[in-house]
Amino acid sequence: MSSMISSDLLKPFKLKTKQQELLIRVSILCLVYILAFITRLFSVLRYESMIHEFDPYFNYRTTLYLTQNGFYDFWNWFDSESWYPLGRIIGGTLYPGLMVTAALIYRLLHFLRFAVHIREVCVLTAPFFASNTTLVAYFFGKEIWDSGAGLVAAILIAVCPGYISRSVAGSYDNEGVAIFALLFTFYLFVKAVNTGSLAWGLASAFGYFYMVSAWGGYVFIINLIPLYVLVLLITGRYSMRLYVAYNCMYILGMLLAMQIRFVGFQHVQSGEHMAAMGVFFLMQVFYFLDWVKHMLSDTKLFQAFLKITVTFAVAVGAVALGVGMVSGYISPWTGRFYSLLDPTYAKDHIPIIASVSEHQPTAWSSFMFDFHILLFLFPAGLYFCFKRLSDATIFIVMYGLTSLYFAGVMVRLILVATPAVCLISAIAVSATVKNLTVLLRSKNKVVQTGSTKGTSSGKASSKASLDQSQPFQKNGAMALLFGAFYLLSKYATHCTWVTSEAYSSPSIVLAARGAHGNRVIFDDYREAYFWLRQNTPPDAKVMSWWDYGYQITAMGNRTVIVDNNTWNNTHIATVGRAMSSYEDEAYEIMRSLDVDYVLVVFGGVTGYSSDDINKFLWMVRIGGGVFPVIREPDYLVNGEYRVDKGAAPKMLNCLMYKLSYYRFGELVTEYGRPPGYDRARGVEIGNKDIKLEHLEEAFTTSNWIVRIYKVKPPNNRW
Amino acid sequence: MEGPIRAREALALTLFSLLFFLSRSSALHDLLISNAERRIDLSSHIVKVYLTLKVENAGSSPASEVVLAFPPSQVDHLATVEALATKGKRKKTTFVRLEVKPTELPDAPNDTKYFTIYLANPLNSAESITLEVLYMLTHSLEPFPAEIGQSESQLVYYRDSALVLSPYHIKQQTTFIKTPSTKVDSFTRVEPTNRAGTEIKYGPYEDHTPYSFSAILVHFENNSPFAVVEELVREVEISHWGNLQVTEQYKLVHAGARHKGVFSRVDYQSKPSFNGVSSFRYLLARLPPRVHSVYYRDEIGNISSSHLRTDSRKSELEIEPRYPLFGGWKATFVIGYGLPLQDFLFESSEDRRYVNFTFGCPLMETVVDKLTIKVVLPEGSKDPSAVVPFPVDQHLETKYSYLDVVGRTVVVLEKKNVVPGHNSHFQAVLFCPN
Repeated sequence: MSSMISSDLLKPFKLKTKQQELLIRVSILCLVYILAFITRLFSVLRYESMIHEFDPYFNYRTTLYLTQNGFYDFWNWFDSESWYPLGRIIGGTLYPGLMVTAALIYRLLHFLRFAVHIREVCVLTAPFFASNTTLVAYFFGKEIWDSGAGLVAAILIAVCPGYISRSVAGSYDNEGVAIFALLFTFYLFVKAVNTGSLAWGLASAFGYFYMVSAWGGYVFIINLIPLYVLVLLITGRYSMRLYVAYNCMYILGMLLAMQIRFVGFQHVQSGEHMAAMGVFFLMQVFYFLDWVKHMLSDTKLFQAFLKITVTFAVAVGAVALGVGMVSGYISPWTGRFYSLLDPTYAKDHIPIIASVSEHQPTAWSSFMFDFHILLFLFPAGLYFCFKRLSDATIFIVMYGLTSLYFAGVMVRLILVATPAVCLISAIAVSATVKNLTVLLRSKNKVVQTGSTKGTSSGKASSKASLDQSQPFQKNGAMALLFGAFYLLSKYATHCTWVTSEAYSSPSIVLAARGAHGNRVIFDDYREAYFWLRQNTPPDAKVMSWWDYGYQITAMGNRTVIVDNNTWNNTHIATVGRAMSSYEDEAYEIMRSLDVDYVLVVFGGVTGYSSDDINKFLWMVRIGGGVFPVIREPDYLVNGEYRVDKGAAPKMLNCLMYKLSYYRFGELVTEYGRPPGYDRARGVEIGNKDIKLEHLEEAFTTSNWIVRIYKVKPPNNRW
Repeated sequence: MEGPIRAREALALTLFSLLFFLSRSSALHDLLISNAERRIDLSSHIVKVYLTLKVENAGSSPASEVVLAFPPSQVDHLATVEALATKGKRKKTTFVRLEVKPTELPDAPNDTKYFTIYLANPLNSAESITLEVLYMLTHSLEPFPAEIGQSESQLVYYRDSALVLSPYHIKQQTTFIKTPSTKVDSFTRVEPTNRAGTEIKYGPYEDHTPYSFSAILVHFENNSPFAVVEELVREVEISHWGNLQVTEQYKLVHAGARHKGVFSRVDYQSKPSFNGVSSFRYLLARLPPRVHSVYYRDEIGNISSSHLRTDSRKSELEIEPRYPLFGGWKATFVIGYGLPLQDFLFESSEDRRYVNFTFGCPLMETVVDKLTIKVVLPEGSKDPSAVVPFPVDQHLETKYSYLDVVGRTVVVLEKKNVVPGHNSHFQAVLFCPN
């Protein structure tokens, strides 16, 4: 009796297969969502809740300003603390999406009475959006293949190192939200193309707007989508759905994007956006022709008409483009764009782009590092995509191939390729596993119907394989399944290892292993910045190489001459020139820039290799690019860069050398080495008797990593 | 230059005060001080003065008050005045704490300020009592030279009077000044004066009339850390869940001679005994026992250089600012820690609950120019009040924290010029049944 009741009670809880599947899917998604968040928290647990690297400090500073002063002040903010004496119009020269997002989250939390600090919000914004990206990846995968592929895509992207590198906690950068926006826009657009619905088109326009507000990488969207449309047109897949989706997305997206001040009218004025406009007009011509074809029954007449119209349209387009270019209404492609199309361009023409390590062409090893098994699942996924070609798979194939090309050009663009690679690999994994399981299942059925006695499954399977025409098929399938499982688990361990070892260091705080295996922390950057903040006059101007500009303004709260927003090459070149000149010449330059303090980063004591001496040749190159007085060969000996006794005389006496090695010759850095042994470069320095005339040492951090000098006022003439 | 001027000033003051004394002697009863011994401790930047007064009632009516006089220049720097009455002799001496209050007396000569000690039992005619007075002065050591380089040591001036300023006649008095080292550049001589080791002895002087003053100036070496907290905000948040969260925001400055010119790390590292002797790197905070989740950070993040030592009676937190503090250098930081609430929460007989917490700054040997204590009470507590053993400014505020609806009541206590002597307990009542 009681069992009857209990079974009756349990009945509503007994799920049908479909419901079970839904439950499993939702719980997997929830787990993936959480996993994507917590795997990015290594740095918070190891170090502290802090902002990493360089650019995030600017974003943090602006977010702080936004939350304290409100949106209008933020939008109209003229920052006199950077690019002295030029200043910077912050509101008009940044992508506000990230800051506004963080500020909104902050407001919401405070509205719900969570008294969190804005720093915590900023630190956790990127992991939060990474979690959201996994959801988008699931829906995207579901749209282009099936829900299984979606799930796999969500799992793959949750831990993929290529994405984690830019979205760990503390890495408060535009890319953190932009990858979410990028994938979301693509998803909505593909959805719009698949359904032909205006609503999805509108949604994709708004997704595009968010992307434009968040990251300069939106140019990729506005070029990829037209390219995709073009490919569909050429392959004869033109449809009304495509027409609706593209027109809606392009027109509304363009109008919305114009609301971002930094982007402004670029959609109609800049060469990088012309492809989208061209495709838009082409689409109208196509539609018109389609209509005419529909109206005209005579094919000959139509052929003639087609010829005339196409020629006319192309001619008008070309003339318009030509006139626009010549009159200067349409700006030509920027250097950055060129350097993407031609990897060698930056090296020859724009040293400032080439000097950034993340703009270097990608090495094979970093592909392997960031993608691991995805690298060879990707071609397999492409095979499946081509096998089942649809509008959506064409899109993902194009996205994958183009972004992979860009990832090869610049290291940092691996990030853009990651979602595509994950999605395509997910198709490969999902399709393979599905095929294999179908194989296994169908056999089981055969076996079950064949032998009703129900022996042990192992025996049954061996029997089945014996019965089959293809021997060992089931075993093979099992082996392959295990292989796939093994690969995926390897991928998971690799991702965790990479995240923990390579991508979770804040780079502000350096950690090393001490002699006894204990962790030694070098907190010299913050020591120096905090010293600047506390012990220099509030209006002091600090000159340093541009890498440290954002950090000095954010942490040191002092005015800098140049910073990481490298918008004015001449200004940076002036600083490069000052650093590479003799002290008295440099003094003139520093006086003209009202410099009070000079900050250099020096790794000779600790062996920290990314210091200013190692970056010095870029300063020379960038300085020499504007001021021909500075010539690179003067600093080299037989094309070799050295700092020891054999170094070039100009090298030994330039400002950067003097500031880095001032009184370093008295210091014994390593036991059994002469004094003045530079541990970062492994040589004894060439000039140990450095005298400073116009500057004096103001502060040196405990491990000598940051050295600050005060510029003396000019001597009295009488 | 300065010495003679001060001396002349003092002479004028003496004459002046003599006249006043004649006119006012009746008002201050007929007390006299048969013996005054003063020990001035200059070894840190907080000047501690121990004054032993043997007071005699020479009049006919019993006296219940003894008045202490301070020159106006000292009153501004006076952080605390405490008085004890001694009872019994030698080994059986017991001390009774007496109430001390600032008072205004009419016709104070030269803006002299007064503190009145209220005796427990009136002093009858011809009786005598021994009073122990301790007072502390802050910001009373003036660095001279005002700016020093990295390799120089810090010299300071201390100004006072060789004679105890008092509205009473003093029969015999001696003053001892203890300097931190034997390095004393100069000191004013008021015979008999002699110096032995780290001590300068002024006196004994016989029979000085009320308001006698004789300015002295001591110029000596003092390299003790001149750690001054310009502003300290201590927030004590009481949680219903059994935790007491303390957050302390410091604005620390080295108030000694300003650092001039170069800071050379190589000299500072290689010759620590000659370089930066007046600077300091470490500070010691004494926290209550059973402290947990201690953090030490500033606006730009965690400061990794700190050590916590705990035992059953106290916790010591040794903190190191990001950089050594030289004269005039500043550092701001936050220390936070949690404490078990049951150690501090008490229930009084009338069913009132109160927390008992220390008032002052936990850092050792530091002066706090402005101390604000905010006691954040749990949401919903009504009519809070605080009982502090010395005068402070009080007002209420509201604070919103996690998941608050109506906000928490905050009792704000403010006091200027706080020295470690203020580390006594205060009580904040957080619950009283109506």
